[in-house]
Amino acid sequence: MTPLAGYLLVAALLFAIGLAGALTRRNAILVLISIELMLNAANLNLIAFWRYGPHPEALTGMMFAIFSIAVAAAEAAVGLGLVISIYRHAHTTDIDLMNRMKG
Amino acid sequence: MQETISFTPQLAASPIAEILWLIPAVPMVASGVIALLKQPKRRTAAALAIGSLSFSLLLALLAFVHVAGAWALGGGIRETVNFTWIQVGSSHVELGWVLDPLAAVMLVMVAFVGLLIFIYSTGYMEHDENYTRFFCFLSLFAGAMLGVVISNSLLLLFMCWELVGLTSYLLIGFWYQKPAAAAAAKKAFMTTRVGDVFFLLGIVWFFAQTGTLLFYNGGAGSLEPAALAALLAQHAALGLTAAGAIGLLIFAGAAGKSGQFPLHVWLPDAMEGPTPVSALIHAATMVAAGVYLIARVYPLMQAGALTGGTTTALTVVTWVGAFTAVFAALIAVAQNDIKRILAYSTVSQLGYMMAGLGMGGVAVGMFHLITHAFFKALLFLGAGSVIHGCHEEQDVRRMGGLRSDMPLTFVTYAIGMLALCGFPLLFSGFWSKDGILEAAQHWSVAKAPFYMLVFGALLTAFYMTRQVGYVFFGYWRGHKTAHESPAVMTVPLAILAFFAMALGVIGTPAWPWFRAFLDGRALTFHMDGFAEPGLIALMGGSTAVVLLGLGLGWWLYGGQAPKPEQPDVLEKAVPVPWGWLHNRLYVDELYGVTVIAFYEWWARVADWLDRRVWGGAVAGVAWLFRGWAQLNRFLDTNWVDGGFDKGCEELATGGGLLSRVQSGRVQTYLRLLALAVVALVAILIWSSRA
Repeated sequence: MTPLAGYLLVAALLFAIGLAGALTRRNAILVLISIELMLNAANLNLIAFWRYGPHPEALTGMMFAIFSIAVAAAEAAVGLGLVISIYRHAHTTDIDLMNRMKG
Repeated sequence: MQETISFTPQLAASPIAEILWLIPAVPMVASGVIALLKQPKRRTAAALAIGSLSFSLLLALLAFVHVAGAWALGGGIRETVNFTWIQVGSSHVELGWVLDPLAAVMLVMVAFVGLLIFIYSTGYMEHDENYTRFFCFLSLFAGAMLGVVISNSLLLLFMCWELVGLTSYLLIGFWYQKPAAAAAAKKAFMTTRVGDVFFLLGIVWFFAQTGTLLFYNGGAGSLEPAALAALLAQHAALGLTAAGAIGLLIFAGAAGKSGQFPLHVWLPDAMEGPTPVSALIHAATMVAAGVYLIARVYPLMQAGALTGGTTTALTVVTWVGAFTAVFAALIAVAQNDIKRILAYSTVSQLGYMMAGLGMGGVAVGMFHLITHAFFKALLFLGAGSVIHGCHEEQDVRRMGGLRSDMPLTFVTYAIGMLALCGFPLLFSGFWSKDGILEAAQHWSVAKAPFYMLVFGALLTAFYMTRQVGYVFFGYWRGHKTAHESPAVMTVPLAILAFFAMALGVIGTPAWPWFRAFLDGRALTFHMDGFAEPGLIALMGGSTAVVLLGLGLGWWLYGGQAPKPEQPDVLEKAVPVPWGWLHNRLYVDELYGVTVIAFYEWWARVADWLDRRVWGGAVAGVAWLFRGWAQLNRFLDTNWVDGGFDKGCEELATGGGLLSRVQSGRVQTYLRLLALAVVALVAILIWSSRA
C-alpha cells in the first residue's frame, strides 16, 4: 500500500498548483477553477488522514469530504453567478480590472 | 319615600347586556372619524354622526325591550358586565356596565332626543363653516353621555362625566371668536369643576371605605347591602355617617353639573353656544346627568333611612332642589333673552327633579327628568327656530306676532310651553310635576318645600306666558321680516311635541307604568289610583295655580308687549325688585366681589412671589451656572480642543496609509493571505523544531 506521505505529497502539489493559478490568472473563471483545485487537495487530505487514522471503519472522513464537495459545488455556483453578473455589468472577466472596492 | 327594591339576582348577562358597551362606543368612534375628515366633507360628517347615533338608539331600544320583557315576566332585572381594568398587587380597579330599568329608560331618552337634535342641527348649522367640527363634538358628547348612563362603576361614570364636561366646554365655546362665548365656556368648565372636586373626594372616600367602585357586583358591589352596612357603621364629623358624608360629596358634583344653587351660574351663560347644543346638552341630557347620578347612587343616599323616613343627604338634596326651583324661576321672570329665560327655567326644573328625588324617590325624579327632556328640548329647538327665523335676534322685545309668520313653530312651542307649565291632563309635565308635588305634600320633615314648589309652578306658568306673549303675540317689533324654518327643523319639533304630550300616559296615578317599571313591581290598571286621599285636591290645586299663572301672564303681556325701548310692565309697577331679578339677584356680582376678587388678589400675591422671590432665586442660580459655563468654555477652547484636534489629525494620517493596502484587487489580497499562511507555517515549523 502507498504510504500516507505519497497522498500528502500529491495533495500538496495539487494545492500549490491551485494556489499558483488563483494568484496569477487574470481570467476570473480560471481563478475559480484554481480554487476548486485547492479545495480538492484538501478533500484528498481528509480522505488520506481518515484511511490512515485510528478509526478507518468509522466513515467520518468520507462524510467530511462529501460535505466539503457539496459546499464546494454551492460555492462554485455562487462564484460563477457572480462572474456572470460582473461580466454583464462590465463586459470583462479580467479580475485586475475589478478594483472598484479599493479603499 | 319608597321602600328598598329587590331585583332578581343576575345569573348570566344576556347577549344584549354583553354588547351594551357598543352604545357609547359607536358614537365615540364616529366622532374620532369625523375629527379626521376635512372641513368641506359636511355630508359625510353629518351622516356619520346621525348614523352612529341611530345605531345606538336601535341598540338602546333592543336593550329597553329586553328589560321591559323580563319585567313583564315578573320582577325587574339588573344585569352587569364587569372586568378588571388595572391590577396593582392584590388590589384592583374594576369597570363595568349595567343594564337595569333606570339605565334602559335613560338610554332610550338620550339616544332619541339626541338623534332628533342631530337632525335639527343639520338645518340650524347649515351655514356654519365649522359644520364638521360641530358634529365631531356632538357625536363625542352623545357617546360620553351614553357612557355615563350605562356605567356600573363610579370611576367609569366619572370618566364619562368629565368627557361630557369637556364636550360641553367645547360646544359652549364653539363660536370662540365671540369673547362672550369663550368666557362662558371657561366659566362653565370652572364652575362644574368646583362640584367635581367634591365629587372626586367622595369617590376616593367611597373607594377607601368599600374597596370597590362597582355599583352592583353580585353582592360585593358598593351599593349593595353589605358595603352600605359597613358605611353606616362609620361615623364622620357632625353626626353624619360615612354614607351620608359621601352622599353629600357626590351631590356636590351633581349640583355642579345640574346647575343647582349656588353652582347654577354657569348654565345661563352656557346659552352662548349654538341653540341645538343648548337644547341637547344644557337642557335635555347633560344637565340631567347630575339628577341621574343621584338616582344611580340612590341606595347610598337612602342608606340608613327607616321606612318612611329620610336621611341627611336626601334632606339636603330636597332643600337645595326646592330652593333652586323657586330662585331660578324668580330670575326667569325678569329676563329678556329668549334662551336665558329657558336656561333659568331649566335650572328651576332641575331643582324640581332634585326635590323629587329627595322626597319621592328615584321614579318621581326620573319621570320629571324624562318628560322635561322632551319638552325642554322642544322649547329650545323652538327657540332656535325663532332665532333662525328672526335673523339671529335673541331679545324677545324685538320679536312679536310670530304666530302668523311661523305657525308650525308657534304650535309646537305652545305645546312645549303648556307641558312645562304643567297644564292639566293633556300634557306630560302636569303628571310629572304633580308626582313631585304629591311627594312633597307627604314629606315628613317639613312642609315648606311643598309651598316653595307650588310657588315655583305659579312662576313657571307666569314667565312662560310672558315669553310666549312677547314672542308670538302682539305685533312684529323687529327689523327684517321673520320666516318659517325648513322642514328639517320643524319635523323634529313636531315629533318632540307629540312626546311632550303623549309621555304623560306612562305616569298617571291610574296606570303608573314608569314607576312600576323603575321599581320592578307589577303593574295594574286601576282608576282608584286617583282615589288616594288628597290627590284630587292636589291636582285641582295645582291646576288652579297653573291657570292663575297663565292668567296673570296673559293679563300683563297678552297682545300688548311693549317696544324694546319702553320698560316692561312689571318694571313700571315694581322697579326695585325687578332690578334685582333682572340682574339675576346679583349672584354673579357676589361671586365677583368674593371668590373671584379673592383669587385675583391671590394671583397678584403669587405673581409678586414669582417675580421677586422665586424669580430672584432662579436668576441667582442661573448667574452662577453662567459663570461656571464660561470657565468651562475657556478650558475647552484652549486646552481640550487642541489635544483633540491633534489626535484626529494622527488618526486621519494613519487611515490614509492603511487605505493603500485596500487596492480592490482580489488577487492582491489573496497573495497577502498566501504570504501570511506561509509565514505562519514557517513559524510553526521553526518553533516545533526547537
